[in-house]
Amino acid sequence: MKTFLWVLLAGVVVSTPVFAHHGNASFDAGKRLELTGTVTEWDWSNPHCWLKFDVKDQKSGNVVNWVVETSNSADMVERGWSKRTFKAGDQVTVTLEPVKSGQPVGRVISVLLPNGKTLGLNYVGQ
Amino acid sequence: MVDGWGNPVKDPLAGGKTAGPAPVHDISGTWEPARGPGAGIQANGPVSMPSDGVHEPPFTPAGKAAYDKHKALYGYRNVPPSLSNDPRNHCDPLGFPRADLYQLRHTQIFQNPKKVVILYQYDKRYRVVWTDGRDFPKELPDDRWYGYSVGKWMDDTTFVVNTIGLIGEPRIWLDETGRPMSDQMKVEERFHRVNSNLMEITVTIDDPKFFTKPWVAMDKFPMKLQSDDYDVIEMLCAPSDMESYSKDFGDPASGIVKK
Repeated sequence: MKTFLWVLLAGVVVSTPVFAHHGNASFDAGKRLELTGTVTEWDWSNPHCWLKFDVKDQKSGNVVNWVVETSNSADMVERGWSKRTFKAGDQVTVTLEPVKSGQPVGRVISVLLPNGKTLGLNYVGQ
Repeated sequence: MVDGWGNPVKDPLAGGKTAGPAPVHDISGTWEPARGPGAGIQANGPVSMPSDGVHEPPFTPAGKAAYDKHKALYGYRNVPPSLSNDPRNHCDPLGFPRADLYQLRHTQIFQNPKKVVILYQYDKRYRVVWTDGRDFPKELPDDRWYGYSVGKWMDDTTFVVNTIGLIGEPRIWLDETGRPMSDQMKVEERFHRVNSNLMEITVTIDDPKFFTKPWVAMDKFPMKLQSDDYDVIEMLCAPSDMESYSKDFGDPASGIVKK
């Protein structure tokens, strides 16, 4: 019975990939942070696009530059994103899954844009 | 949604059109995974042999030893980005059959009486499948990333491609989860055109050095026909982009902080 359970569990712990370039080992799976800040760079490239944005701590005034990734540019087009989705200076609220290492990096779950529209990861039309 | 040209993507079956019969001896067209763009990525291993701790191809001892050396980014044994030794982390070519078993996206197929040419979206790679009746070279001039391929029509709508002469271990991995392949690998691809708009691909792996028996990696994987004016979006692995990505993201994500 124990063996059977292990087999079942082993099947369950492999989660569906959010992005395909690398695995889930770095990420604090399931944890979510919602951070509001100012875009400093939107890099539209392979193997992943990444968004850099400054987040100011309201109490200390310290600014931390976060780096969050999405999938590659071709893949993100099919999810409704584009090279022109962000420009430096945009105010955005990013929902992200952080890494376990404690560094200010993570992967995007969704972004609330200045125009009030939210972009997520679902493929357009699915 | 738009294509690579910025034009809206059309549905060939829009307006209630239905698929017609499969044309004879013709698999040309622009194809994409029928179950959506994500279906062909197969990050956790090929669809019919996922790396989930349950499915496992029938390794020989040599195959298992090669597998154990691979630190993959996906599958049930995945490691953080900067600890992986996947050749593609350096933007090396995926090689074949990994081009089918990972990141199978928009796939353009052209054919004439002598050959069928397959263009993969991922990394803009291509293969030539000879259909002029030739056999494999008696002595292979060299091992290749994408091998030597010959194809034959088994019936009006089924095209079978056999490929040998692949580089294999350690330069090409079989899939995204670090399964290995040797230079003895033979691959059979079966392209079956079900109707005018649907094609199924079956990929069978035969590698006596690394696997005790042949096994099926993709079983009737469905691809649907895209509009014939669809412009495929460019998708390249650029080494300099990979370097920036590793510095800004991969290393800190893996707990490596460089000053």
